[in-house]
Amino acid sequence: MELLSGGDMLIRALQDEGVEYIFGYPGGSALHIYDAIFRQQKVDHILVRHEQAATHMADGYARATGKPGVVLVTSGPGATNAITGIATAHMDSVPMVVISGQVPSDLIGTDAFQETDMIGISRPVVKHSFLVTSLEDIPEIIKKAFFIATSGRPGPVVIDVPKDVTDPATTAPYNYPATVDMRSYRPSQRGHTGQIKKAARALLNAKRPVIYSGGGVVLGDGSEPLRSLARRLGFPVTNTLMGLGAFPGNDPQFLGMLGMHGTYQANMAMHHADLILAIGARFDDRVTNNPSKFCPDATVVHVDVDPASIAKIVTADIPIVGPVLPVLKELDAQVEALLADNPGAQDSEALADWSRRIDGWREEHGLNHHLASEGAEPIMPQRVIQSLYRVTGGNAYVTSDVGQHQMFAAQYYHFPEPRRWINSGGLGTMGFGLPSAMGVQMAFPDATVACVTGEGSFMMNAQEMSTCLQYGLPIKIVCLNNQALGMVKQWQDMQYGGRHSQSTYSDSLPDFKTLAEAYGHVGIRVDSADDLDAAMEETFSPANASKLVLLDVGVDPREHVYPMAIKGGSMRDMVLSRSEAT
Amino acid sequence: MRRIIAVLIENESGALSRVLGLFAQRGYNIETLTVAPTDDATLSRITLTTLGDTQRIEQITKQLNKLIEVVKVVDLCEDDHIEREIMLIKVRAEGSERAELKRTADVFRGQIVDVTPRTYTVQLTGPTAKLDAFVRAMEVGTIVEVVRSGVSGIGRGDKALTI
Repeated sequence: MELLSGGDMLIRALQDEGVEYIFGYPGGSALHIYDAIFRQQKVDHILVRHEQAATHMADGYARATGKPGVVLVTSGPGATNAITGIATAHMDSVPMVVISGQVPSDLIGTDAFQETDMIGISRPVVKHSFLVTSLEDIPEIIKKAFFIATSGRPGPVVIDVPKDVTDPATTAPYNYPATVDMRSYRPSQRGHTGQIKKAARALLNAKRPVIYSGGGVVLGDGSEPLRSLARRLGFPVTNTLMGLGAFPGNDPQFLGMLGMHGTYQANMAMHHADLILAIGARFDDRVTNNPSKFCPDATVVHVDVDPASIAKIVTADIPIVGPVLPVLKELDAQVEALLADNPGAQDSEALADWSRRIDGWREEHGLNHHLASEGAEPIMPQRVIQSLYRVTGGNAYVTSDVGQHQMFAAQYYHFPEPRRWINSGGLGTMGFGLPSAMGVQMAFPDATVACVTGEGSFMMNAQEMSTCLQYGLPIKIVCLNNQALGMVKQWQDMQYGGRHSQSTYSDSLPDFKTLAEAYGHVGIRVDSADDLDAAMEETFSPANASKLVLLDVGVDPREHVYPMAIKGGSMRDMVLSRSEAT
Repeated sequence: MRRIIAVLIENESGALSRVLGLFAQRGYNIETLTVAPTDDATLSRITLTTLGDTQRIEQITKQLNKLIEVVKVVDLCEDDHIEREIMLIKVRAEGSERAELKRTADVFRGQIVDVTPRTYTVQLTGPTAKLDAFVRAMEVGTIVEVVRSGVSGIGRGDKALTI
């Protein structure tokens, strides 16, 4: 058997796991590992400018491909800088393996230089973590880490590696295990057939149904059976912020996103439904509004791979624990069989009536309702997303940061496929957009990747434009520049009497066009609505295909995101515009 | 509602901190906690008591089960069970108090395990309620020190919490 040092073992194990890229940043405690990277060619390392960006890059890579993202950082500040990205991945159930260097074993606990208790500090935001105590354990720990990160409800796994364990002077036999079996961790492989049967019958009896599908359907590759089931039943579908793309955004059965900034028709349909089929969704507070007023007449069928997500916020009448893909397939097959036995099983009259009510809501207060009443100047932020959607033909990977621009992108970019919309939904991490777009572009070098951002979020990881130059990442950054922390300002407008506490900085913003140019990229600034489409086309023009372009769009700083849920209300309680509420 | 939760967990360093972290992080309270390896040295058994309604207890057991190192979780209160706690209590015992204290300890089937001219140390085993009753039976101001183990519990009958 081959003898390897700990550093070589780590990298060899990553190779054996099929890892393409490591996103990271070197430092003292990780140097043995970095030397092992230097001495091989199979795994590429991408050098970021800040460890937070490494985790978001790995995250974007993972969300777009479905494969786990891999991060390598050093101890102390390297590890703590990675925490925000780990927490982001944890909240959105993204598979990730983070390897952190640690001070040598004999110095642990002595407050050594660049020492921090990474296992302790990451504990609440990881799916699991390992402290490597001997190099013989490395292959098995790596195998387990990837298994845990990618199975069940996915999530980040941290492996903390003291420097002495990776010392090139010490070697041990290397043997990468083909499989791993843990008696304490055996995630569910399929749903309970009896429960699925019960759910199928409930679906056929529904008069006012809504399918509410979440990020789990994207992560669990359940989009195809979801589409099949929804079309077979003719049910309307709404997606959560994390679930967009699981059902085609321009499909007539699609209601749009639901929740705090969901569409009028999606929230009204949820409130009035008699049956809700929740799949891979967790009844987040940004969806349900006040849980005690949530969907008063609905029978809830809840499918999730994580039993702890079921009945956590809203009681499930028919709970089904299992991965969405096999459960949806089985559910679809059951429905198909029941319909074959009795083609008239559905109450077609009630369903047609329900469909008419939904169309009515859509017409009454659908997405473009209040846009129509605004003039052409200044540029409305929604128009920027519409322009982006047109120019990219709806086929771009779109990442976003957090705030108003994120909601506008979610509302107005109609994603045709899953894994195209990449945003920090759970943790709401500003600074996520650019590095996650970089991860997507690494995975798909020829794809169109757009990062929709705001000037506030963008400045949280703007330094990564340097990484983009180093690796030739032709990302298109669309910055909705309203010269303020827009969502904060919106809340201050709506709930704090318009007192803009610490949410503005308009006289101290950089010139983003020049900033992009300073990093060696292309910058474009547009201020007039008349020039918007031309600027967008230039951004995505063949001449700029191999370049990073930052399109800085001056948008109306007064604009709010509507609809907006009224705090403490039910899902039908929404502010619809500056002057209208339900 | 008070519940006794028994957890079988891999006997690995850091495993207990994940359980405690979970309780702190999600705002669940721990009334008592005991932990020790089982007959199988690779497994530890945690017994903890907590308060909560049915929904909260269900979340606690689900969240505990989600921890990678947790092998099994049981709410002992769902079935007939035996609960025991051990208490060592040091009480002032001088003059006529000595005989009285000895009698009270006998009533509670306690044993006096250490004696000084001024104190008795009583060892008492039983359910939490019995130990509470003994503490209440002590005259005000006579208790010098109390140490309690926290609750251990096991289900009645043939069923067992094993892997």
